[in-house]
Amino acid sequence: MPEQLNPDPTNPVPTNTVPAATTEATGITEPTEITEAGVAAAVNAALVAIAAASDSAALKSVRTSHAGEASVLAKLNGLMRTVPPTEKAAAGKLVGQGRARVTQALTAREGEILEAEAAAQLAAEEVDVTAALSRWQPGARHPLTLLQERVADVFVGMGWEVAEGPELESEWFNFDALNFDEDHPARAMQDTFFIEPTSAHLVLRTHTSPVQLRALLSRELPVYVVAPGRVYRTDELDATHTPVFHQIEGIAVDKGLTMAHLRGTLDHFVKAMFGDEAKVRLRPNYFPFTEPSAELDLWHPTFAGGPRWIEWGGCGMVNANVLRSAGIDPDVYSGFAFGVGVERALMFRNDVKDMHDMVEGDVRFSQQFGMAV
Amino acid sequence: MRVPLSWLGEYVDLEPGTTPEDVHAALVSVGLEEEEIHRFDISGPVVVGEVVEFVDEPQSNGKTIRWCQVRVAPGDETAADGGPAVHGIVCGAHNFFAGDKVVVTLPGAVLPGPFPIAARKTYGHVSDGMIASARELGLGDEHEGILRLATLGLDPAVGTDAIALLGLDDAAVEVNVTPDRGYAFSIRGIAREYSHATGATFRDPALAVAPIVTASEFPVTVDDEAPIRGRVGASVFVTRVVRGVDATRPSPAWLIARLKLAGIRSVSLVVDVTNYVMLELGQPIHGYDLDTLTGGIIVRRAQPGETLTTLDNVPRVLDPEDLLIADDSGPIGLAGVMGGAATEIGDSTTSLLVEAANFDPVSIARTARRHKLPSEASRRFERGVDPAVAVVAAARVVQLLIELAGGEADDLGSLHDATPDVDPIDLPSGFISGLIGLEYTDEEVRSSLAEIGASLAETASGLAVTPPSWRPDLTDKWTLAEEVARIVGYDRIPSVLPVAPPGRGLTASQVLRRTVAQTLAATGHTEVLAYPFVPETANTLFGAAAGGTVPQVRIANPMDGEAPYLRTSLLPGLLDIAHRNRSRGLTDLAIFEVGLVFKPEAGSAFGSHLVPPAAVRPSAEVEAELNAGIPPQPLTLGVLLAGNQVRHQPGQLPVPAGWQDALTAVRQVALATGVEIRVAQGSHQALHPGRTAVLSVATAAGPRVVGYAGELLPTVARAADLPAVVAVAEIDLSAVLDAAGDPVVAQTIGTMPAATQDLSLVVADSIPARDVLQAVIDGSGGLLEHAELVDDYRGGGIEPGRKSLTFALRFRAPDRTLTAAEASDAKLAGVAAAAERYGASLRE
Repeated sequence: MPEQLNPDPTNPVPTNTVPAATTEATGITEPTEITEAGVAAAVNAALVAIAAASDSAALKSVRTSHAGEASVLAKLNGLMRTVPPTEKAAAGKLVGQGRARVTQALTAREGEILEAEAAAQLAAEEVDVTAALSRWQPGARHPLTLLQERVADVFVGMGWEVAEGPELESEWFNFDALNFDEDHPARAMQDTFFIEPTSAHLVLRTHTSPVQLRALLSRELPVYVVAPGRVYRTDELDATHTPVFHQIEGIAVDKGLTMAHLRGTLDHFVKAMFGDEAKVRLRPNYFPFTEPSAELDLWHPTFAGGPRWIEWGGCGMVNANVLRSAGIDPDVYSGFAFGVGVERALMFRNDVKDMHDMVEGDVRFSQQFGMAV
Repeated sequence: MRVPLSWLGEYVDLEPGTTPEDVHAALVSVGLEEEEIHRFDISGPVVVGEVVEFVDEPQSNGKTIRWCQVRVAPGDETAADGGPAVHGIVCGAHNFFAGDKVVVTLPGAVLPGPFPIAARKTYGHVSDGMIASARELGLGDEHEGILRLATLGLDPAVGTDAIALLGLDDAAVEVNVTPDRGYAFSIRGIAREYSHATGATFRDPALAVAPIVTASEFPVTVDDEAPIRGRVGASVFVTRVVRGVDATRPSPAWLIARLKLAGIRSVSLVVDVTNYVMLELGQPIHGYDLDTLTGGIIVRRAQPGETLTTLDNVPRVLDPEDLLIADDSGPIGLAGVMGGAATEIGDSTTSLLVEAANFDPVSIARTARRHKLPSEASRRFERGVDPAVAVVAAARVVQLLIELAGGEADDLGSLHDATPDVDPIDLPSGFISGLIGLEYTDEEVRSSLAEIGASLAETASGLAVTPPSWRPDLTDKWTLAEEVARIVGYDRIPSVLPVAPPGRGLTASQVLRRTVAQTLAATGHTEVLAYPFVPETANTLFGAAAGGTVPQVRIANPMDGEAPYLRTSLLPGLLDIAHRNRSRGLTDLAIFEVGLVFKPEAGSAFGSHLVPPAAVRPSAEVEAELNAGIPPQPLTLGVLLAGNQVRHQPGQLPVPAGWQDALTAVRQVALATGVEIRVAQGSHQALHPGRTAVLSVATAAGPRVVGYAGELLPTVARAADLPAVVAVAEIDLSAVLDAAGDPVVAQTIGTMPAATQDLSLVVADSIPARDVLQAVIDGSGGLLEHAELVDDYRGGGIEPGRKSLTFALRFRAPDRTLTAAEASDAKLAGVAAAAERYGASLRE
């Protein structure tokens, strides 16, 4: 049997070639008796033809001419009825063994051919995977939204909940209830967008802090919530300012909360958010809605600009007047609150250098981030 | 607030070698945020020179230059630049005489700019240095000629270092003063804070001046008939008279340099002195030319229609709420904001009335805002000025005018002081430790409070703390807690993580909102965030399907006058963003935004005239009214597709984005939220009339329209400078999420063999495929497991005006193998239903 049936699978032997064995087989004269030589010749002719068959079609034709009804072996088998009884066993064995060898050879050859043909087909189906068709374009989330979700997840993991409120807000919620007196310079410093008519006392919220009040008014104490969202100030768009930006506010009101709890929460938060190397520093500052108040500085070794303290937001103990605005007795309950800027975080964490990139909607910006910030 | 270090050092000990950066770091630790550092940026040999002689030399360009011989070192000594004692210098100015002392910048010096000085050939001479003007030295705006030291009252020796002489070696730190700390708008306040930060000894400048005792009374009346919020406009009003002042005398160099570093331009000696005292003590001062006053002074509110021309020569119509300084002639100043032009001090002034008053912060803030006149004075009054410092400041002005302007104190003056007593604050022992979470010792609490100037008295429960007069911001025990915490140091506060009670995680709607955004991003859409500011026309076009008036919210003070409205639809923002992307060569776009739109209800006025008081919980009714006045702001999803949805690539022709892709996005939202969003043929004024789907969800009250999807009208697309085919979808996500949340009721999964059959029905081409499909489903009964449209054929073999719809049907029984006959019967029942509803016939 040849070692290799078809050395070149990419160039299969044409199946319409009539194999030589068939011609030889049909050239043999009609057998008239069963002889050892005759059987052997027929078997040999069959085996040669089987070995020469190079594809399924050729093998099929070999099967017909060497093992089919008109084959020499079939005819030899047909002569069995002419064999005298005493010789029947020997002749039967002779013919049977011959036919079995041919059948066996056909099965084996068939397996080889199918395997080779399957391999040839796979080889013919090879493609350039680097030129793959794309019926789908990559999409992306906006990193500002992803970052807010991540912060929310950190706090949800601590048992906090996520609170929400309107962006077009009543002045009372945005200012008065948060201890921003109508005439205090802090109120004028908020660069507020007012709504017409101004007598309707509506503003675009200047911070996410009104959500603090809404949470305190609508929830049972104790309250531990974060409020991510959009806020508005009348700042011209430039590399570091935008009139529409995002904050994340957190507030906890419970019995016995202290400024040490504020620091503990911030420490945990920045480590969860930025890794164990992140550190928090508190510096005295002033905000109407907290007392004592602090500036929240964040230190990180690998952020854009090198290891340094970065001003990230404000925090403090919830001002007694804010608690009172929510009907909470500040001598029974205390609370802490903090707020951080999301755009700023994207700048120092992801090295975004210009605010324009965050607000212009150029798809290349979001697509750098894909689905992960 | 800018603080020159030399000035700071007068009132608090600065260690030798203290840098501006050191001062910043110290002040930051007590809550004064660092801003910039200001210097004169001048270095090198800058010396006093004497003009020995000069020759005027006319030039061909019409100018006349002076070729000067200037002595810059005495005798035969070597000059500071290593050159000869007399330098030849070319000078363009002509305002000096031989014998004048001037400032000479020698080769090697660098002036602010930076502007390096070197010997250079010019006008036929080697000019070996430069004679400097005040502006070149960074001392002021004067550039009419060179600086003659005599004009500063100086006659120093030749060769003297002019940088030190003029105070140009000083530097100022700028700190951001929070709006509760009016007293930190003074050298006095900053010096005290520096002392808190470093422990350095503080010398209160307010104690350095002896108040003047006046013998004769200048008539002053405070007559406030309409106090604002119950507070009389002026609680303190001090006047002092100085006579014999020479207002034309120059301000001394040190005064000019300090003012300059502090950010205030030198104007004239008298004005410079009042500004100097304001910076030093935090007390705004006003000076009147006494000879221009008619009678005494009255502090009162303005009469309706009264006018005043202020120092800036602007005539102003006064508001009855404005607090005025008036005399018998009428208004002579806007109290605490700006003086009047008529009584202004000029060169001829010899007698001055000095005013140091304490005005109500609210009154001043409102007047400054009303007249758009923020000033150094109003900035201080708004934040609170120490009422006890007025009398000291007036005396300090008098002292400086005597010293610098040759004046003499007159015994004419007045003192009106109606400062209310400050009530002590009850500070229970242990309160501060309990609030901060750090055990402060009694000694730490007492010494911190004493250090900020409070006086303390023991009570049964703790301390009675009377804040110092300069700290009106200290009003309760919480404000005292901040003082103790910051004086001891915020860095001492420990870190303790509180344990919140178990939370319930994100709400179902918060989770679904994220899933929607994640799904759209995962299916090829890019999230963007547009500004919500739009022109009215954009809201009118996109804010309502059928047109008509769209109620909308207008911003009173928009950044962009072209877009003063809040969006009622996300599509205008998406169109802008699409246009921007296309202009940058990004033409195949699939973008989305999830955000709020602002939709006031038609016919209802929004907002509320109510502004409930602070620090009190509003009643339920008031809270409800406030909330009712806030227009609905549904969370909305907008999607926009333009260009190709599938790009040109090997073996693939481009597939342009169209209405199908908008509907695919809608189906993705339905999948993400688990809410069935029904699609029907619809119409929207901004969308293609034949390619618009109206989207709805089922609610208890019946179907609710939640949005539209389709292609923009080509004219709308072109108006936005976009290609003719732009597919969009907009969905009220709040409404969809309202319909979400019912648990899925699972069907048993049948495992018996399915029978599949195709069905072709011919119907009028106006009948939506979805309706025919529904009829087939309804008619086929429970055995039909799935049905979908696989072909829509019109043309040969089909009557004009009709179409052939082919559906693939899959039947299955839960308990047995269906026979072909059973499946066919079910199918024919579906055909019958379609025939009955829509006149459908089986295609032959």
